[in-house]
Parts: sequence; structure tokens; C-alpha cells
Amino acid sequence: MYDFNYHRPSSLDEAVTLLGQGEDVKVLAGGHTLLPTMKQRLAAPSDVVDLSRIAALKGIEATEGAVRIGAATSHADVAASGEVRNRIPALAALAARIGDPHVRNRGTLGGSIANNDPNADYPAACLALGATIVTTKREIAADDFFVDMFETALDEDEIVTRVDFPVPRRAGYAKFPNPASRYALVGVFVAEGGDGIRAAVTGAGPCVFRVPEMEAALGHDFSPAALEGIKVDAGGLNADIHASADYRAHLVGVMARRAVEAALEGR
Amino acid sequence: MARDTGIGARVKRVEDQRFITGKGRYTADLNRPGQAHAAFVRSPHAHAKVGSIDKASAMEVPGVLAVFTGEDLAADEVGALPCGWAITSKDGSPMVAPGHPCLAQGKVRYVGDPVAVVIGETLSAARGGAEALEVEYEELPAVVDLDAAQSSDAPLVHDEAARNTAFEWELGDKAATEEAFAKARHVTRIDLVNNRLVPNAMEPRAAVGEYDSGTDGFTLYTTSQNPHVARLVMSAFLNIAPEHKLRVIAPDVGGGFGSKIYVYPEETVCVWASSKVDRPVKWTCDRAEAFLSDAHGRDHLTHAELALDEQGKILGLRIKTKANVGGYLNLFASSVPTYLYATLLSGQYDIPAIYAEVDAVYTNTTPVDAYRGAGRPEATFVVERLIEVAARETGMDPAEFRRRNFVTSFPHQTPVIMMYDAGDYAASLDKALELIDYSGFAQRKSQAAREGKLRGIGFSTYIEACGIAPSQAVGSLGAGVGLWESAEVRVNPVGTVEVLTGSHSHGQGHETTFAQLVADRLGIPMTNVAIVHGDTDKVQFGMGTYGSRSGAVGMSAISVALDRVVAKAKKVAAHLLEASEGDIEFKDGQFTVSGTDRSIDWTSVALNAYTAHGFPSADLEPGLKEGAFYDPTNFTFPAGCHICELEIDADTGHTRIVNWVAVDDFGEIINPMIVEGQVHGGIAQGVGQALLEHTVYDESGQLVSGSFMDYTMPRADDLPSFSLDFTVTRCPSNPLGIKGCGEAGAIAAPAAVINAITDAVGHEDVAMPATAEAVWQAIRKSPAREAAE
Amino acid sequence: MARKPIQFRLNGKDEAVFVEEGQNLLDALRRQVGDTSPKYGCGQGTCGACTVLVDGEPRLSCLMLAESAEGASIETTAGLAGAELHPLQRAFLDGFAAQCGYCTSGMLMSAKALLDRNPSPTREQVVDAISGNICRCTGYEPIIDAILDAAARGAGRRSA
Repeated sequence: MYDFNYHRPSSLDEAVTLLGQGEDVKVLAGGHTLLPTMKQRLAAPSDVVDLSRIAALKGIEATEGAVRIGAATSHADVAASGEVRNRIPALAALAARIGDPHVRNRGTLGGSIANNDPNADYPAACLALGATIVTTKREIAADDFFVDMFETALDEDEIVTRVDFPVPRRAGYAKFPNPASRYALVGVFVAEGGDGIRAAVTGAGPCVFRVPEMEAALGHDFSPAALEGIKVDAGGLNADIHASADYRAHLVGVMARRAVEAALEGR
Repeated sequence: MARDTGIGARVKRVEDQRFITGKGRYTADLNRPGQAHAAFVRSPHAHAKVGSIDKASAMEVPGVLAVFTGEDLAADEVGALPCGWAITSKDGSPMVAPGHPCLAQGKVRYVGDPVAVVIGETLSAARGGAEALEVEYEELPAVVDLDAAQSSDAPLVHDEAARNTAFEWELGDKAATEEAFAKARHVTRIDLVNNRLVPNAMEPRAAVGEYDSGTDGFTLYTTSQNPHVARLVMSAFLNIAPEHKLRVIAPDVGGGFGSKIYVYPEETVCVWASSKVDRPVKWTCDRAEAFLSDAHGRDHLTHAELALDEQGKILGLRIKTKANVGGYLNLFASSVPTYLYATLLSGQYDIPAIYAEVDAVYTNTTPVDAYRGAGRPEATFVVERLIEVAARETGMDPAEFRRRNFVTSFPHQTPVIMMYDAGDYAASLDKALELIDYSGFAQRKSQAAREGKLRGIGFSTYIEACGIAPSQAVGSLGAGVGLWESAEVRVNPVGTVEVLTGSHSHGQGHETTFAQLVADRLGIPMTNVAIVHGDTDKVQFGMGTYGSRSGAVGMSAISVALDRVVAKAKKVAAHLLEASEGDIEFKDGQFTVSGTDRSIDWTSVALNAYTAHGFPSADLEPGLKEGAFYDPTNFTFPAGCHICELEIDADTGHTRIVNWVAVDDFGEIINPMIVEGQVHGGIAQGVGQALLEHTVYDESGQLVSGSFMDYTMPRADDLPSFSLDFTVTRCPSNPLGIKGCGEAGAIAAPAAVINAITDAVGHEDVAMPATAEAVWQAIRKSPAREAAE
Repeated sequence: MARKPIQFRLNGKDEAVFVEEGQNLLDALRRQVGDTSPKYGCGQGTCGACTVLVDGEPRLSCLMLAESAEGASIETTAGLAGAELHPLQRAFLDGFAAQCGYCTSGMLMSAKALLDRNPSPTREQVVDAISGNICRCTGYEPIIDAILDAAARGAGRRSA
């Protein structure tokens, strides 16, 4: 690693100030993405701002019609949370299956969505549930937040403070994990909420995306059978040593059906 | 007493005390006063000429002490790493095996090939210097694909090796085999890939080299499976120091699986550099570095054929294999696809005619050498896939087909050098069939189909040759070393015993099993026995641990030495009891004059051996210490039957192993828990090969699967529980009747898995690793698709 | 490289060391403190060999900045045994759950974190708890059995 200044502010204001100062300032949450990158010398920030001491970023709160999750909440805490398990069980189930226990203890919701790794699980949940990403500057709808591979709508000096998830009528998540990394090779989150049905796919493309054809079909008939024959085009999907675009396209269909099954079973 | 601690007892491991308390001392845990740190600069290109290296660019980095290149090594006449096993091609010409310079001399031949070393005060300084070092490369076209490497327009990895071929070797009787095939009623033909593997022991390699200018002596701590071999190679071939001035210590080593047999550039450079900078030099391998620089395993392409008569009896077998050796022919690499491979092509079967051709081929990839099983997994995969496919093609039950062709009379001379000494293959098969409830399989399969799952069952009735190896035999086949083992049993005056063994323990539990043997033989508590290994200053010489040899060869040496100790002790007892030597019996730690109740115990005899009062010195010297060098008279032949039952999710292609039965014959077993551990671990690696582990190079020779995020290691949730059982036919060729067990799981497993998957999908076109996508693709091509829908 | 003093508790004992900025906790424990029980396996948070407990949570110490250990309470394998072996250690010993021993420290700490929080885990929960710890030697079964055995012997009820 190269030299850098390490800061551990205890307030959000302090963090924002720090973000505005150094040459190349990076935010540190769980550390499972930034630190390996720095150790491989692929990133060399001048300053690292560790958010783990900021109380305002933690905590899970149930409100009328939504669950608000602090950006620095770990996956393990989301998975174990009574509020989440009761109101959006599919979200708790998603968090429970991220990575392995080490990852779940450290990885955070904010860290995951701010990074927007194409194989992360949370973006599918945010998009499918129509979540609102609250930052130090504004509120951003999930539809506008996830822009491209590793790219979000966040400004350089903007920090995600929490994510508000509307409670759906029903929802389900199904994922086919990459056997090595346990990231989502393909993950599909299906939700029926206030403004209709959303089906969001992660892992398959450069960025999370919705499948309007599936959403329409489920609108008529919320069942796995309704999705039969609906194929996602392999063109534009990711291809790497783990899976071809064709296989990913196929898995989208399979995981979508399984997500609907999960939604019907309330898990 | 012997019951709890002797041979066959489930004695808890002596070594665990330090592992479970975090007190293991691995090479990376060691620090020498004043040590400096080494960081290696490695080629980023698969194939390139190395031009100028601007040392100053690294020396400018604060804390950098020195920079060394291939030129510096050459100036000191440090030799290149050799291949130690001479293989002759079919036409009589010797193999083409240029040595591997520890730091590149003019050319690099794989991504990761070491080019220079930077020595720094701290690791950070060394790495900073390594990053800063300016090296001129002139990139050359690389040859990466094994199949294309022998074509006339492929770039040459070594100018001396035409068609990138190190050797073209054969074994068996070509004419007889052709005749057999000419008369065949049925011929089965298959093409197989044995996928390249990265060993990835959990402990990365490390070395600490230290020079003492006062004695002009060197000490090297290194992660080695065989410190004496390292010392021998460094002394005889690399010119580091004469053996008597070089101490090599392999302390606790965190797994090897073959990858830590070889002498590597890094440890050689560390020990050499320590005299240049006059400081100890420490190096620890990064995991990313390990992926590039540890010797890889396997990587064969094989075309195989089996000839049957109208009764389904095998008439002949022939294969043509291309074996990828990577950028350089590594220390034992030439033996792995030849004498450790083709000699097992008879499998458990009575095959009258066999012919094998093997080409060893260079590519611009990491060198390939022995990895758990070393040639025998490759052989078993070929034979057991051929057998299974032949059974299916001719409509025979795979168990019955095997039974019909088993060798049943011993000793059995195969057409490929090996003479099987003893075995009962039907016994293992029968037990395994019962344990897996073979007769219930059809019902389980149709039940699974109703749930959208494809269930399959696959066999692997393997045999292997280990207990490596009779020196005469391997010498005549080209080995540059003998493969005996040594032991010295030292009895102390108070009756405690130290055994100095040439074997090395890096997970096998020798400190326990070897002590069990000693305790059993001498009738003393295990706590009075210490096993010493891994230090060339303590153990005079040894060949190390690999090839499942430590039981069969290492313990046999101890057994012979123990016999000699007991013989001498009897002489002492006879003197003390005033009886004749022939009348002394030794049992349960007591020396007794036969037919009387006059006796003396072990402790008294030991003490007296050293007080030596009144010894008739002409006939009886003081002391009680005996050694032995044991050279096995034959390979040993563990064999058995593994059956894998698995279920495939037809929608995703994901495979889940639902049952695994292994019935192995390892001859006599010293510690059943340790043996089970070896089988479990071996099966896990075999399953890893079959389902998960995919080593991928891109066209330019970059290793794409270079981390645990991309190279899938078997984890706790990937593996099933296994049912293990054993049959025992004593090995007739060593005093303890031991065959050895360390590699059998890795040898048997891949064939069992792929046989099961191909059974489930209904056709043979499934390659390893059979990832979910690969299986899904296979299902799409198959008639079984209808069954699942 | 600038050096910074940090203080923390390690296995119940107060430690104060100077660490380099950017240095990870694994390295600091092994070098500055001299506790070599956590091991380096990959340096990328993918193998679990470096697992330690920080304030009771299992952490990959290779991915933790040493500076962020300020004020924390850290447990490593070197401190597991008191006057006697911890039940997990005893279960590993009795169950032949170690071969080369290199993954053992990490496995023990992941297992302790599980049992401290969930004294009676199911087999599935044990498998999940160690799914971040790679072992190349054992095939995992004896490790899983040992953890269940330790749980049955009440290991979880003996938390700090």
C-alpha cells in the first residue's frame, strides 16, 4: 500500500468536510472492496475516511410503509433484524446470503450500493423495491441511482447515509452464486409494491436492470408459470470465465421464476 | 497398552498441540536478527526477451539495499534449475530440457517468470523497489494452447525444442496392441481433458536464507517437503554451497501436495543473496504470486481407445497423450506423464496388450509438475472413463463389466512394467456397492427426476503405484536419484527414544504415526518417543515426503532400524542377565530369558547400554543407536472402489453430491483417523478438480484465474459427507505391510464424479471442471433433457 | 512511512504498539506484537486464515487497518486456552480436525464467533460459519464434526 492519511470522524459533518479536502479521498466502510484494491496497488488514495464510528449511519428503523436502513449497517445486521425479517423478509434473506460470514459482518449496504459492482446483490433489491437512496446532499430514487458498471449518480463529495425501502405487498429474491466469490452470477429480485411489479436483475449485465416483459406478465398472473418463455437477450450481458452471456440469460429466467416462488411463500 | 497407542490405534496427534494453540512455527513466522526482505520482479509477459535492467531505478527507493539479476547469478556461476529425471524419446534421443535460470537470462517464458530480486530493509521498501525497477522487455508471440503448441507455425518456447516438444515417449507393445485392436469386436474411443490445477496449499511458500561469514556456512529455512533434496540440488546443481556448508530446515509446513517438492528460484536466490548483502534475507510469497509461481498440476489432452471381444473382455488399451509442461521442464515433471502415468494404464484389469504414447509439450505458461497423485489421477481418469463408456456402449452394467475384467490372480505382471503384488478388487467393489445401496439407485433416480433433478452414479475402481520407489527401478527408468528412505533410532540413557527420519511431515501426522510404531515395537509409552524431521543438520539424509511413501518406505526404514536396536538391546540384556543372546525374548518392554522368569526392563537395558559396565568390549560396544536405509523392493499398490452419487439441478446445471462411498485397501493401517483424513482431503481435491477448479489462461498467456475469487477452491459447503471403509490385503513387499494412502482420494475421485455426471446427462461430452454452465450445456445436448421436462 | 501509536487489548492483555499508516492488523499482530497465530493465506480477504475476533466479531485481519483496532478487544488463537484448552481446541484435538495446521487458527476463531453467539448451531449453520475459511487438507468434515462436538460440550456457554 502507498502512504495515505487515515481519518475516523465521529460525525457526518466531519466526514463531508474531509471528503472535500484531500487530493484523492476515498470512503471506507466495511473495507472488503477498498482495502484489497489498495493492497493490489490499483488504488492509491491520499486520504481514507473510515465511516465506522458515525452513529448516524447505523441503525434500522421501521416507519409507516417503509424500512429505513442506515448506510453503515452490516449485511449480518440486516439479515438478523426483526424489522426487516418481518416486513421485507426477502431483503433479510438476500443479506443473509451475501458472501460468507466474514463478508456479512463487515460489508455494508452503503458500501455495496455506492460501489455498484455488477455482481452485488443489493442493487437488485433497491431497484425492485423502488428504494430511495438518501445522501448527505439529497434523495435519489433507485431508478436514477445505478448508472453503469461501478458508477452511480453520487457526486465525489457525497455520502450515502441511508436507504429507505418501501414495504412491498410481497417480494422474493433468488440468486445463483459464483462458486468462487459467492457474488451473484445472476440474482433476481421481484417485488409487488405500491406502483406495481418490478423485477430487477443483478449479475447478468454491467449494471442492474429491470425486465419490463416479466413485470407485465407478472402483473397479469403473479406466478412462475407466467414467466415461461420470456427470455432475456444475451447480447449486452456479461461474459467471463465464470459464465457465458447465454448462460446468464438462461439463469435470469430460472432465478426470476424462483424469486416469484419465494415471494409467494413469503421468504 | 499397545491397544491405545500401538499400530492401528486412533491415537490423537502429537502435532496438534501446537496447531490448535497457534504455536506452529511456519517459515513465515520465523524472523532472524537483522533480516532484510526480498521482493521478486516477475515477467508481466508470457514470452519476451529481457533487455536492460536499470538497477538504479530501484536502488533510489529508500530502504533498498541491493538489486540482483540473472547476470549476477551467472557471474557467481549459480546453476539453472534442472529436471532430475531423464526421459528418452521413442527414437532414442534424450529429452530436450534446458534448465530454468533462477533469474531470467535473456528470456522469460511465462507470466511470473522471475527476472530480478530487490532486497530491502523492510518488505515495503523491497516491494517499492520492485515496482520501481525498470526492465526492458521485447515481447514475443506466445504459445499458450496445448493443442496448437506442436504445430509448425507455433512460436518456440525454447529454440532447442523443435515443435515445442521436450520428448516423445512410448511404453508398451505397439504391435501386440495393434493386433488386439484388429481382432476387437468393439472399440470404445474417447477424448479427454485432464484440467490444469493450481495446488494452493494454504501456506504460501516462504524462505529465509542466512549466511554466516564466520563459518562460511549457509542456513535456509524453507517450505519444503524434502529439505535434503533441496540441499542436494542447491549444492550439486546450483552451486550455492557444498552440502556440508548448507543447512536446510523445513519447519512446520502448511501443506504441500507436491508443490513444495521442488527447488524454486526464490529460495535459491534468498540463500545466495544472504551472502551478498551479508544479512539474512526473508521472502514470503503473495497468494497472487503463488498462482503464477508454484508448479501447477495435470494438464493433459488424451485420446484413448479400448478394444473388447464379444464377451466384453478387454483385449487391449491404447492412448496418445499430450502433456503440457509449461515454460520449463520442472524437477520431476518428466516422470509424471510417463513412468508415473502410463504404468498404471492397466488399472485393476487384466489387459493383455497396452500401448501408450506421450508427448511432453512446452507452452508459455507456469511449469507443471507433480501434484497429489502425480500421473496416477491422470491414468485413473483415462482408464475409468474408458471402462464406463465401454460398459454403456455395450449395454453392460458398469460394476459387472469391471468384475468381468478384474485381475484375480497375483502376482500379476501388467504389460506396462508394474507387477501387482496382492489385491482383492472384487471385495472392495462388493462392499462399496452395498454401502451405496446400488440396487436402490434406479428408484432414487426416478424419484429425483420427478423433482426436476438428474441423478447419476459413477464408479472409479482405481489402483495406483506408490510407496515411491525402488531405487534400481526408477534409476533404470531415468531418475537421477534413488528413492529409499532413512531412519536413525537413538535410544537415550533414560530409555526415551528419538527417531530421526528422512521423511517430512506437512500435515500427515508423522510425529504421531511414527511414534506409534516405535511405542508398539519397543513397548514404551508414546510420550517417551520423539520424531525428528526436517533439518539437514539433524537427519543425515532423506528423500522426503511425496508419492505416498512415508508409511511404506519411511516407516519401513524405522522398522528395520528398530529391529537392529532390539537386536543390540538383546545383546545388552543377555550380558546383564548372563544368558546367551539366543535365549533372550523381548516382549512388551521386557527382556526375558526364555523359559525362566528372569527379566530386565527396557529402561534398565537402555541405561546399561550407556554405562557399559563390564561389557565384553570386543563383542559389545556401548551405546544403543541404530540406523537403516530402506530401499523398497517394489512399488506398493493401494486400490479400491469409489462410488459417487450426485444430483443435478436440470435448470441450472448445478451439481450436488448426495453420497460418496470409498472402500480402499491400503494394507496395514497405523492410525485409522489419520488415514481417513488423508482420504477425505484427497477426495476433496479430486472433487475440486472435477467440479470447480478451472485454471484459465487468455490467448496472450495471462493467467485470468489468478485469485480465490476466480479460481474456485472447494469450501465447506461444496463437499458432501463421505462414507469410508477399508479392506486389507497386506502389502507383501515391506515389513509393515503398508501400501500408503495419501493420494488415493485425489486419484480415484475425478473419474467417479464425471462418470456420475455423464450417467445423469446421458452422454459423454462433459469435460472437467464440470461447472454448472458446462453441465447445463451438456444437458441441452442430451436425450435426458426430455426426461427432465 | 509515518508511524502511529495504537492501544488495544489482545487476549485480555493491554498492548501498545507503533503501527505504520496503512499497515493491516494481521501484519501488526504478527510483527509488532509478535503473535503469529493468525496466518497470511491470501491477503485479499478470501481465505479466512487471518480470522481474529474484534470485539467478539470475526474479522479478516488482513483487511483491517491496524489503526482501526484502537481501543478494541482482540482475540486470537494464541489466547484461546486458559488454564486448560478451550472446548473447541479440545474438540479439534479429539476429532483430528487439523492436518497441516495452517487454516486451524482461522477456523477456531470463526467457530468461536459462531458458538459465542449461537451455542447450539445446526450442521448447516456450522458449515455456513466456516464457509469463508478454506482448508486444503481435511475436506472439512472433521472440522465440522469437531465444532458440533464442542457445541454439544457447552463451548458456547463459556464466552468471555
